[in-house]
Amino acid sequence: MAKVLMKGNEALGEAAILAGCRYYFGYPITPQSELPAYLAKRLPQVDGVFVQAESEVAAINMVYGAASAGARVMTSSSSPGISLKQEGISYIAGAELPCLIVNVMRGGPGLGNINPSQSDYWQATRGGGHGDYRTLVMAPNSVQEMADFTLAAFEYADRFKNPVLMLSDGVLGQMMEPVVMPAPKDYDMDSKKWSLGYTGKDKTARNLCTSIFMGQEELEEHNWSLYQKYQVITDFFKANKDLAVEEYLCDDAEVVLVGYGIISRILKTVVEKCRKRGIKAGLVRPKVLWPFPSDVFAKLADKASKFLVVEMSYGQMVEDVKLAVEGKKPVYFFGRTGGAVPSDFEILNEVDKIVRPD
Amino acid sequence: MKQVFGKTNVLSANPTHYCPGCDHGVVHRLIAESLEELEVADRSIGVAPVGCSVFAYDYFNIDFNQAAHGRAPAVATGIKRTRPDSIVFTYQGDGDLAAIGTAEIIHAANRGENITVVFINNGIYGMTGGQMAPTTLVGMKTQTSPYGRDAATMGSPIRVSEIIATLESPAYVTRVTVNTIANQIKTKKAIKNAFTLQKEKKGFSFVEIVCICPTNWGKKPTDAHKWLTENMLPVFPLGTFKDIHGIEKA
Amino acid sequence: MSKWVINESLCKGCGICIERCPMKILAFAEHLTPKGVHPSSMTDESKCTSCAICAKSCPDVAIQIYKEEK
Repeated sequence: MAKVLMKGNEALGEAAILAGCRYYFGYPITPQSELPAYLAKRLPQVDGVFVQAESEVAAINMVYGAASAGARVMTSSSSPGISLKQEGISYIAGAELPCLIVNVMRGGPGLGNINPSQSDYWQATRGGGHGDYRTLVMAPNSVQEMADFTLAAFEYADRFKNPVLMLSDGVLGQMMEPVVMPAPKDYDMDSKKWSLGYTGKDKTARNLCTSIFMGQEELEEHNWSLYQKYQVITDFFKANKDLAVEEYLCDDAEVVLVGYGIISRILKTVVEKCRKRGIKAGLVRPKVLWPFPSDVFAKLADKASKFLVVEMSYGQMVEDVKLAVEGKKPVYFFGRTGGAVPSDFEILNEVDKIVRPD
Repeated sequence: MKQVFGKTNVLSANPTHYCPGCDHGVVHRLIAESLEELEVADRSIGVAPVGCSVFAYDYFNIDFNQAAHGRAPAVATGIKRTRPDSIVFTYQGDGDLAAIGTAEIIHAANRGENITVVFINNGIYGMTGGQMAPTTLVGMKTQTSPYGRDAATMGSPIRVSEIIATLESPAYVTRVTVNTIANQIKTKKAIKNAFTLQKEKKGFSFVEIVCICPTNWGKKPTDAHKWLTENMLPVFPLGTFKDIHGIEKA
Repeated sequence: MSKWVINESLCKGCGICIERCPMKILAFAEHLTPKGVHPSSMTDESKCTSCAICAKSCPDVAIQIYKEEK
């Protein structure tokens, strides 16, 4: 397929269609409105459905309905709108339905601003909504990955019957890069015999979508089976490390830089500049934030001396790195907020500070 | 002997958890019989609310989705857009539809979604123990209006059918009740009209049913029906507010 | 065979059928059901016209009605 220059938000939209997604429900919010706008044009062209909902709350509930009826369906929003969706996401996870939710992160808390941020990591990986559940969280770092990860997201969602959250940000969403669109997938709603409205001749009982289990034992059993599913997902990414994480020059690294999304692009430059200066730096870039690649860090903690986590927040993923390192080696943090994207100089300064503390 | 009345198979065999005399059981049956008579039960999908009827899905033998509080019209939108040949209906109480769900019902109605909404209006919150609803009468004492609903600080009851009827898109908006057998017959007709319109892909239908809540009104079921007639109906007048395809004359 | 058949385990003793019966031939039974209610019961089936108003009034669809075939 041809290489085209595309904006991140639009590449994601096009990839969703190639993945067989024919339903989008969402609401405008900066900096992701190009995504619903793109799908408003494209979906009718492929006999799909686009609905601008009355709110992000309504949108996630439309997703819940469509997913229960067998659709490959998605929604997107940015930070405050994702906050609104939390109850709905909890329902989708509780009812074990597949869907894609895209968060193009912006500054917070509250209304914040429309600049990029990475301050929704906790919201994404720690639930955000109520109850014992997890969403699979993916973090692309290029327009190509915005496309490739979207196809993967729909496959994971169906395979694990779980919502998948894609963490993008204002930079990734707006930037333009060359991308080769993946090959289209065939998708048949009726392959989901559990879906509402399925009327195949092999249907023996009615289909039910619910997340309420009133009995104590009933709900405990349900929560246990969800927990086991999350173990399966964790084991899957442990066994398929390349899907979960990118390690760059870590074999002999003394300082391991850690970052995801747009930050990881800058960190790669920092690693290269470090190496030129004789500092043995390496990069760990999680591509999947939940399940977190803890085992990668646990292993590196035996070899490396220090870790530096860089985020566009005041420190969220750093806690997971600290947990994974289990106190074996020091974990440092550098962050910028308000929309500032740190430069490689700033980060190099930080590396200097921790490598040469005098 | 010929059977003149029996329970439709569209209703499940499960005994309901509803209070003695509660109108939910009657309305469930009218819906089930309508779906059966229109021969659409095998492609029907119900959306249950949060409220006393959260377990409505236990009482029907059709596909069902249990929705978050107030969101049923949005959930139904997602379902119907995905399965346009299904008959999709929501079943909601006065907290679900007229309090937390006001945005969802207005916009699903305004988009003209080809779904049916059944709105059970009994002027009180049942499941949570008798709190004030948007449709509670002025002066009525509830758990959260212990001195009686005061219009000045708590507002007056909301007439949802009339509001929905002001929108361009809805095809059929009607208010009925089941306080007598005669009214029950009219309610079944209204429900059947609504499902017929949906079957013919003629747009959004809304059936508000004024019902009793004997437990939280503190009345015997038979007294509750009388109280409804004397107190609820003057505030929530029966009638059809919109019928753009003339289904009632058909 | 009876014209009026009740599944007592479904009856909640709400009394609506008793009030609405036009022939006034329904009444609460003396005994209690396993649910602890006095169920509705037929007092004089010879007067039953199989109108089914009781059955249609029942929120629990506990009553079935039959009619004599001529």
